[in-house]
Amino acid sequence: MSNIPGDLKFAKTHEWVRQEEDGTLTVGISDYAQGLLGDLVFVELAEMENEVKAGDDCSVVESVKAASDVYAPVSGEVIEVNEALSDTPEVVNTDPYGDGWLFKLRPVDDQEIADLMDAETYAEHVAAEE
Amino acid sequence: MPYIPHTERDIQEMLDAIGVASTEDLFDEIPANLMIDGLPGVPEGVNEMLLFQEMRKCAREDIGGLCFIGAGAYEHHIPAAVWDVATRGEFLTAYTPYQAEASQGTLQLIYEFQTMMASLMGLDVSNASLYDGSTALAEAILMAVRSQKKSKSKRILVPKTLHPTYRKVVETIVSYQGIILESVDFDKEKGILDPAILEQYAGEDITAMVLPQPNFFGNLEQVDALTDAAHKLNALVIGVVNPTAMALLKEPGSWGAEGADLACGEGQPLGIPLASGGPYFGFLCCKKSFVRQMPGRIIGRTEDTQGRQGFVLTLQAREQHIRRAKATSNICTNQGLAVTAATIYMSLLGQEGLRRVALASHQNLQQLLKLLAEVEGVSVKFSGPHFHETVITLPRSSTDVIQLMAEKGIQGGYDLSQAYPELGHSLLLCVTETKSTEDLVNYVECLRSIL
Amino acid sequence: MSNQSIPLIFEQSCPGRYASMQAPAVDENHCDIPQEFLRTTKATMAETSEMQVVRHYTQLSQRNFSIDTHFYPLGSCTMKYNPRGVQRISQLPGFVARHPLAPMIHSQGFLSCIYELQEILKEAVGMKGISLAPLAGAQGEFVGVSMIRSYHEARGDHERVEILVPDAAHGTNPASAIMCGYKVREIPTNAEGDVDFEALENALGPQTAGIMLTNPSTLGVFERQIKQIAEKVHEAGGLLYYDGANLNAILGRVRPGDMGFDVMHMNLHKTFATPHGGGGPGSGPVAVGERLVPYLPIPMVAKEGNQYRFLTEEDCPDTIGPVTTFVGNAGILLRAYLYARLLGREGMRRVSEFATLNANYLMVKLQEAGFELAFKNRRATHEFIITLQKQAKEKHVTAMDIAKRLLDYGCHAPTTYFPLLVPECFLIEPTETESKEDIEEFIDALIAIRQEIEENPELVTTAPHTLPVTRMDEVRAAKELDVCWSE
Repeated sequence: MSNIPGDLKFAKTHEWVRQEEDGTLTVGISDYAQGLLGDLVFVELAEMENEVKAGDDCSVVESVKAASDVYAPVSGEVIEVNEALSDTPEVVNTDPYGDGWLFKLRPVDDQEIADLMDAETYAEHVAAEE
Repeated sequence: MPYIPHTERDIQEMLDAIGVASTEDLFDEIPANLMIDGLPGVPEGVNEMLLFQEMRKCAREDIGGLCFIGAGAYEHHIPAAVWDVATRGEFLTAYTPYQAEASQGTLQLIYEFQTMMASLMGLDVSNASLYDGSTALAEAILMAVRSQKKSKSKRILVPKTLHPTYRKVVETIVSYQGIILESVDFDKEKGILDPAILEQYAGEDITAMVLPQPNFFGNLEQVDALTDAAHKLNALVIGVVNPTAMALLKEPGSWGAEGADLACGEGQPLGIPLASGGPYFGFLCCKKSFVRQMPGRIIGRTEDTQGRQGFVLTLQAREQHIRRAKATSNICTNQGLAVTAATIYMSLLGQEGLRRVALASHQNLQQLLKLLAEVEGVSVKFSGPHFHETVITLPRSSTDVIQLMAEKGIQGGYDLSQAYPELGHSLLLCVTETKSTEDLVNYVECLRSIL
Repeated sequence: MSNQSIPLIFEQSCPGRYASMQAPAVDENHCDIPQEFLRTTKATMAETSEMQVVRHYTQLSQRNFSIDTHFYPLGSCTMKYNPRGVQRISQLPGFVARHPLAPMIHSQGFLSCIYELQEILKEAVGMKGISLAPLAGAQGEFVGVSMIRSYHEARGDHERVEILVPDAAHGTNPASAIMCGYKVREIPTNAEGDVDFEALENALGPQTAGIMLTNPSTLGVFERQIKQIAEKVHEAGGLLYYDGANLNAILGRVRPGDMGFDVMHMNLHKTFATPHGGGGPGSGPVAVGERLVPYLPIPMVAKEGNQYRFLTEEDCPDTIGPVTTFVGNAGILLRAYLYARLLGREGMRRVSEFATLNANYLMVKLQEAGFELAFKNRRATHEFIITLQKQAKEKHVTAMDIAKRLLDYGCHAPTTYFPLLVPECFLIEPTETESKEDIEEFIDALIAIRQEIEENPELVTTAPHTLPVTRMDEVRAAKELDVCWSE
């Protein structure tokens, strides 16, 4: 069973979102998603200051046998990317909800955030995929 | 039955096991109205002996005497060992090394190829090869565009001193991806680019510049000044080079202050026969920072579970079989067999041997030019430094002269009248180490008799 | 095979040594090229004797599986016997030494072969025009889709921006369509392995430029609705592209042109038995129906009286242009021609007949032995799929593990994990040149491995055990990139 923290929101495409106190969002991929991919060997970071729409691909996580797009869970501007992953992509495997975060967004539409799944719904979503 | 081992008894037992009466029944899912009875337009089969006899005659028609044509494909001596070893069945009839454990031979060989190729270019990384020189350049341009995310213009400077077919192939391949190819003219006196020509682009967004060395005319471009000028525009520099020449001439990685960013070209001179144009191979090398945008296959060295050295296909996630629509390229095969031969060729010659091939070829051309200086009406078009190929001008139509020389058993050069009408009655003349003094004298006598 | 590492050629170097008799004499005091243009650095190249080089690469070759040494049922790759006679004839001096730009009077032999190959291939696939220029299947795809685009653009039909591709397609199909500036829309496959016709109908529209299909598909079955698909796509104004990867299955029986395709490539290194060379060269000629003839890439060979010549841009003003420096992979074209001549019209039909017989026999035998077929109600074409998900779920032994163990049994593994639609799959293509006994040995090997999974699964999950190396650390290869040796 993969780990699904209760305080996060999730997109169908397995990104998680944490709402920070300053109103920005931190985004990563779920424990389930990293498990499916296996050992990551490379992360193509999102482009800084890029305006993205919900569902746009903005980063790529790569294992030996697969490369997966990471989609913006909501619309907004990319304000920070996790540069450390350039050298240590494996952190996404070992700490997907902590140091393995991918990028931060300044969201533009609160409704999109509200529409994301809560942990319980996401757990059902994962169970259905398995 | 040619190459089919089945006996009548095998066939019957197999049909029985499947539970059908005849092999025709195995096609019963194909709509009957689509089936054909045969291929009347295909000739009857022949056996190997008869075909050998027929083809010996056929191939003899193409033995054309002395070849002084270059223009992108060069006749060099190929040591016997090269193809003897390269056509061993284990190299010849293996496929893409997807099962690394059963392909260490091919994989280690390609790793050695990558090492030699990258260092010959003075760059960090080489891929396992592309189709040919012109398509390697097209891929290099696409790669430069992907690498230069900050450059939105997708403008590529393409000099007119680049091989004319390369220019056309690149246009065919990249034109649907919003890339703008801007032609850069050359100095008509010198047959090279004037580095000052890049000043007109100051302040503009240029993605990359293509820089041939030697250029199509055999002339040496001022690669240091041009590289620096292109870098000043924040453009990437893509060298297009003759690999044999790089044992003698300054390699792309040392051009200007920072070196070219990518280098590509035709690998044929490295032990591949002329063979009517292929199979050859294209090579593509780059600085390390661009490796993830590299198209095609790349072999990496690693270890097995017992800590022994081993080799695998790596960075495969960029490739089409995984990344599909988002792959760096649609390329699937490389030119494995040609790379096998080139690797053996480079190992046999080493850097010193390759340098001597280059220098001997060049010295032979100098000797021929000296002899030609005494033929009235023939002159060397451009006076600057060149490498084993150069443009000569004639007192009459180069098309006619080449035709007449061919009838006398000499392939006199490449006719420039179509691609470069502005050069008048000119032909591109190439000499390699394969020509003796007697061959050179024959060339001169043949030309003199025609003029 | 030895299980000691073979040192790299550079590690066997001895400074100052080289195969001196292979290098020409030079006059070191005579180089007119100014110093600023000359190389001053050392390259990493071997310094070895001729015998060292021959021995090194011979030893490396012995670390390969190949058709000449092993059964090689690699699905979708058609690893059939590559006749030695073809190889030898292609090396005749007149063929090997001809410069690609040689005058026409020194080219008639080669050109006649190429011209005849054009005619033979057109007949074999039922098309009106052909260009042999594309250098590989993937380039053929690019060329084919470019021609589709040129066709629509010439008609002022600029709204067609989408290429349809079944989800089972080779990865090259979507990648090629993207290179031509198209959007790609995937069409699902139904449970029987055919294209989901309703989904296709819904996807068709004024935005459709064309569809790329492989038939038989990558699922190893013949697309039975092909006529209806062709009608629907044509009705919508789109064109049909045929990926010739699986042409071996139908050679001489049913032709892409008759199925309704407008353009196709063929893989001569598959169907026409040219050597795979450790990953190429391939060759991917494109053939077209009437509508696309004007757009074919140059050069092509024409026959005028009893003379042959190349067609150029002047002859073909609407060509998409050249896609290769000279004429394509000429030596591969020549080999394909020789192979076609040896087979003749009857031999070509026997290719599909025995490829299909071998595949169906292998399939039925594996099913009898209890292996699970991906499409059990279907005939095999020249290949078929088994799924090993039972072994994966119950014993945690994956298709990849079984593939690796097969190597110990002296069989190259089938294609694994492709097509992506079938979990834990093997795509198995025995080809027509394998005998009944070879096929039975492969069946026995699979049965034996299944027994090992029951008794000692670790033997399989840690395979191979008999090759020069065991499994590779691929994560390390990708993360600590070592792609060039240095001291």
